[in-house]
Amino acid sequence: MDGINVVELVIVVALFLLVTIMGFAAARWRRAQSLLHLDEWGLGGRSFGSWITWFLLGGDLYTAYTFVAVPALMFGAGAAGFFAIPYSVVTYPLVFLVVIRLWSVSHVRGFVTPADFVRSRFDSPTMALLVAITGIVATMPYIALQLVGISTVLKSMGFSGTGLVGELPLLLAFLVLALYTYNSGLRAPALIAFVKDVLIYLTIIVAAIVIPAKLGGWDAIFGAAEQKFSANGGPGVLLPATGQLGYATLALGSALALFLYPHSITGVLAASNRDVLKRNMSALPLYSLALGFIALLGFMAIAAGTTPVGTDGNTIVPELFQQVFPSWFTGIAFAAIAIGALVPAAIMSIAAANLFTRNVYKEYLRKDATPQQETRVAKITSLVVKLGAVAAILFLDPQFSIDLQLIGGVIILQTLPAVALGLYTRWLHRGALVAGWVAGMVAGLWAVYEIPKLNPDGTVARAHFGGSSFALSKLGLDTKATVYAGLLALLLNLVVTVVLTAVLRAARVDGGVDGTAESDYTAERGDPSVRDLPDPLESAPPGAPEQRSARR
Amino acid sequence: MSTAAPESEDGVPTRSDRSPWNWLLLVPIVVALLAPLYNGVEPMLFGWPRFYWLQLAFIALGVVTTALVYRMTRRRPQQRGTAVRGRED
Repeated sequence: MDGINVVELVIVVALFLLVTIMGFAAARWRRAQSLLHLDEWGLGGRSFGSWITWFLLGGDLYTAYTFVAVPALMFGAGAAGFFAIPYSVVTYPLVFLVVIRLWSVSHVRGFVTPADFVRSRFDSPTMALLVAITGIVATMPYIALQLVGISTVLKSMGFSGTGLVGELPLLLAFLVLALYTYNSGLRAPALIAFVKDVLIYLTIIVAAIVIPAKLGGWDAIFGAAEQKFSANGGPGVLLPATGQLGYATLALGSALALFLYPHSITGVLAASNRDVLKRNMSALPLYSLALGFIALLGFMAIAAGTTPVGTDGNTIVPELFQQVFPSWFTGIAFAAIAIGALVPAAIMSIAAANLFTRNVYKEYLRKDATPQQETRVAKITSLVVKLGAVAAILFLDPQFSIDLQLIGGVIILQTLPAVALGLYTRWLHRGALVAGWVAGMVAGLWAVYEIPKLNPDGTVARAHFGGSSFALSKLGLDTKATVYAGLLALLLNLVVTVVLTAVLRAARVDGGVDGTAESDYTAERGDPSVRDLPDPLESAPPGAPEQRSARR
Repeated sequence: MSTAAPESEDGVPTRSDRSPWNWLLLVPIVVALLAPLYNGVEPMLFGWPRFYWLQLAFIALGVVTTALVYRMTRRRPQQRGTAVRGRED
């Protein structure tokens, strides 16, 4: 293992040790009476104020993989990679009113996961299970991709070994992460996110000032990109006319999907009140601004003539840093990326563990589990989930995780009718929701299966799972435009759900009893919560009018 | 329970998230998705083509609208309190 940059390594290891200590110490931070309750371990006691929520959600939504993959996309595909910006512009106003309703009803009823809500709202363990499974399946590859983020940094530092020895640093990093998440729960990533963000913002501010100055200004950067992407009659630094619809639908679909992911909802439910969330909808876009500059690192790499390590396009940003920064600062930037991977990986594994515990273990395996048993199961599940992610990266082609993550966005969108619309209406029938989910899943998977990956010269590199832009010509439309496959599948899902609901309601098929009351959705922190009420998974709790017909 | 959330007799909460200000939230959503609006080079700003600087500017638009809606729809303290009864009428 020659050629490892020692200065970089020392800085990365030192910062990594710092967050490790913080991770374990987090168990004592804002300590509750007992960590042995899922509300404490899995939601940080639902006590995080505006600042902590900002760091936590920022670390959660803007992951290391995002910071590595978005500029890599800009480097390889040009303007289309900038969709991450309208995506993050749209998402906050879109969910502004929705997350506070979810927070309120979860506060009153003690829901820990979105599936808990669906279970109670629609009186449907089946739909809840589908939501839980969809969430876990969508999250798992996302965790694996955080490892891809770390490994790009390792590769760039000179760890080029293959097999178990080459992957040892990665394995070690994740093992430590798994242990302190097990120990401290959601408090660990909340505390570490602070270090991560300081490092990320520092790196971005320096990069946005130093690199353009070195490369001869922004004119030169956009000029180099223009030259690269207008070769062979390409669109330059803009979208081709036929790409505009695909760009907008991808941004919209991704924005709709973001807060359906279990890890986003975990971050939302950990907030201490509604105003914390509302304020964060205005404060989180600061990360989007950072992301905008990070995306442009892709163009800076073009101007600087950077080349990725081997064929791994995702190493373009680490290589750019390597090229323009002195070793000590590269070390800080690398630590930012590596630590930036730990925060979301921890939250995602906690979210997946909460889902498994609440909606599979307690629902199907052990109905009378105590809160202590739930917490134990969740902690162990979080370990298993992370080991699974490591195994996926070590033993499978990382491309497999990338493909799965692509599908993840498409499938998580299919929980929108139950989770998001369910916050506003009880009209949808549980049977119709299940049918709509099935229809959306089948359509979505078929659509991404049918999307080929093209080489720059237009030939087919791979026949299937080549992206998420579905050509409308496949549906018989005479156009070259594409749309985001997930949005198309969601549309079908909604049509099936609505039509079937009308049919089932007309046929007077039992829709179950709503376990929530209308006033739950606007509740404030001071209102009585489930701490005074029975478990939400045990039939309709008091407060919900009993024997009320499902439709008022 | 004496501290139940305020409710009028038909079970409809007296607290509500409804407000005409909420419609403002549609502005950044719609504007940021209108690709033809920003898919061009001119006018340039500090060497940035319109496509890039305008979309970054939309981030500020999102911040301003969400912050404004938050300000204008804040619940008064008595609406937030738990001991408040429904309207007496």
